[in-house]
Amino acid sequence: MSQPQSKSNRKLITMLLFGAVGMFGFGFALVPLYDVLCDTLGINGKTQSTASVYKPVTVDKNRTVTIEFVSQVQSDMPWEFKPQMNSMQVHPGELIRTHFVAKNLSANHIVGQAIPSVSPGQGAAYFNKTECFCFNQQVLAATATADLPLIFYVDPELPDSITTLTLSYTLYNITDKSYAGSVEQGAAR
Amino acid sequence: MSTITQDTPAAHDDHHDDHHGAPKGIMRWILTTNHKDIGTLYLWFSFIMFLTGGAMAMVIRAELFQPGLQLVEPNFFNQMTTVHGLVMVFGAVMPAFTGLANWLIPMMIGAPDMALPRMNNWSFWILPFAFTILLSSLFMEGGGPNFGWTFYAPLSTTYSPDSTALFVFSVHIMGISSIMGAINVVVTIVNMRAPGMTWMKLPLFVWTWLITAFLLIAVMPVLAGAVTMVLTDKYFATSFFDAAGGGDPVMFQHIFWFFGHPEVYIMILPSFGIISAIVPAFSRKPLFGYASMVYATASIAVLSFLVWAHHMFTTGMPVFAELFFMYCTMLIAVPTGVKVFNWVATMWRGSISFETPMLFAVAFIILFTIGGFSGLMLAITPADFQYHDTYFVVAHFHYVLVTGAIFSIMAAAYYWLPKWTGNMYSESLGRWHFWCSVISVNVLFFPMHFLGLAGMPRRIPDYAIQFADVNQIVSIGGFAFGLSQLIFLAVVIKCIRGGEKAPAKPWEGAEGLEWTIPSPAPYHSFTTPPEVK
Ligand SMILES: [Cu+2]
Repeated sequence: MSQPQSKSNRKLITMLLFGAVGMFGFGFALVPLYDVLCDTLGINGKTQSTASVYKPVTVDKNRTVTIEFVSQVQSDMPWEFKPQMNSMQVHPGELIRTHFVAKNLSANHIVGQAIPSVSPGQGAAYFNKTECFCFNQQVLAATATADLPLIFYVDPELPDSITTLTLSYTLYNITDKSYAGSVEQGAAR
Repeated sequence: MSTITQDTPAAHDDHHDDHHGAPKGIMRWILTTNHKDIGTLYLWFSFIMFLTGGAMAMVIRAELFQPGLQLVEPNFFNQMTTVHGLVMVFGAVMPAFTGLANWLIPMMIGAPDMALPRMNNWSFWILPFAFTILLSSLFMEGGGPNFGWTFYAPLSTTYSPDSTALFVFSVHIMGISSIMGAINVVVTIVNMRAPGMTWMKLPLFVWTWLITAFLLIAVMPVLAGAVTMVLTDKYFATSFFDAAGGGDPVMFQHIFWFFGHPEVYIMILPSFGIISAIVPAFSRKPLFGYASMVYATASIAVLSFLVWAHHMFTTGMPVFAELFFMYCTMLIAVPTGVKVFNWVATMWRGSISFETPMLFAVAFIILFTIGGFSGLMLAITPADFQYHDTYFVVAHFHYVLVTGAIFSIMAAAYYWLPKWTGNMYSESLGRWHFWCSVISVNVLFFPMHFLGLAGMPRRIPDYAIQFADVNQIVSIGGFAFGLSQLIFLAVVIKCIRGGEKAPAKPWEGAEGLEWTIPSPAPYHSFTTPPEVK
């Protein structure tokens, strides 16, 4: 192989290898990118993961929005998990306080994590939580019961086409993954 | 020109002191850096994998011959569907194209070999290890991968067998092999063309492979990233796809299909190149619309990055996203239609003869188009809610991959076998192979459309009683198609061992540099570059 050709080969190989490595990185970059896109476009029904501050806004008394609460528990998790009310009528801008009830049915200490989702997805950006148990882990000792608080308000900017917002929580058992769980289990041993 | 051939290896090529003919023994194959040897290795490997994956398909069709569970456990059935898919995609179709690229690209562009012969050796020889790892996981306690070749999370993370790490590593190795192969193809085509072989004179097989190679370099690393995330989610407590830890299982599908849709074009663009060589040869006319073929291939490649979510219409995407992906998908029908039109226009008023390569090529055009049309139906978002995950999808992608990709590979094998072996294959056996294949493949896959429309879900070992009759027909077609491929094996072995001697250009209408060198192609060809006018 002639000298200039092996030089241009090396240049091309380097470029292609950089391309391949870059695309490997791009695969991982898709992870934060996906979250950013869902956030900015307000899709995927994801609600914010930290508390928002309630800005006293004028309550729109002329409009009512139905809020429905749905709860699910991961199939292998021995908890009971129910909303205090299945649905309620609220005015946009009104600060609402409610709670979910969780009961640990097992004889073990269990750490749960509730993951919220709002449907329709476009409404998620208008559902503001000033306090939510889902911002933290939920720890329940064996057979214990707890009221899990939720304080929220609906942004009056909510598009007119949306009359019902469904807030769903899925509860996952994260005892194995959580620090609190491992400390407790370690102590019990 | 050298007269040294694969069949009669000689110690020295008297033209070049530093080059010699094929060495003897097993070490020839292990240490070879010759593009023809490596092409042969790839093609045989691919054929063995084709039979292996085919055997798994036979298990699937045998179990589905009747409703109820007869032969295998559901978990084993799932392993069969999973590994059948993985073996056929990464073991049969992709290595077959790489084998063809190795054999043909240097001969087509007038180069003495691939640009990076040692890397070429490596990219082949790591493949058998990858598939040994993958297939051996089937015999482990808990079984092999059972989550579908698409390995959706959480099936591949929370609920997968202990052997999942082996699956991940084998996919890593396959990815490295493909990327090395692709880099080699790009460097060869860019730097090793004979003088006068300008871009718009390149044979279309070379063009389509160049574009395929760029697709491989772009998306195989993304697949490697996806399996790596599955690995860390399963074994190292990360939460890429685990909602409990803040991840999202739907994101898996986005990452996977960002790789997955370009991947299906990786498996079909080289086919387009093959058909674009064979149809003109047997129509005795130049290809209609060469330049538009190049542009169509390039635009298909670009569009392939904008359509991935058409696999995910039922995941609850916003309507504007569903519409975007629906229209982009349908847009791909335009460049694909250009290609089909060009092939038909090439045949128009040609003096056509139907030797086996042409039979497979014509069947490709008709049957691939059927697969394209069912793809268009699946692209219609509201209709997809009915078709999603049914046998309609199975029928669709087997039309484009079996009667598409595989048929084009068969066509290529028949077309270039005389050049590879120096002997003509048995035309009558070839025709037997073609007619048995083309009839049985339609008995096998066409009724699946109706099963899907009637609501039979894919990837299940048992089904409702009303699907029994059609499944029986499908299974019979499947067994017949499987057996027909043994005819192909017989043709190839017979052709290697002897037969009518092939001239340098056995096909009257064939064009290209590979037909200017003797048959069989000497071990070293174009050591002095030809002049291309
Ligand atoms: Cu696709």
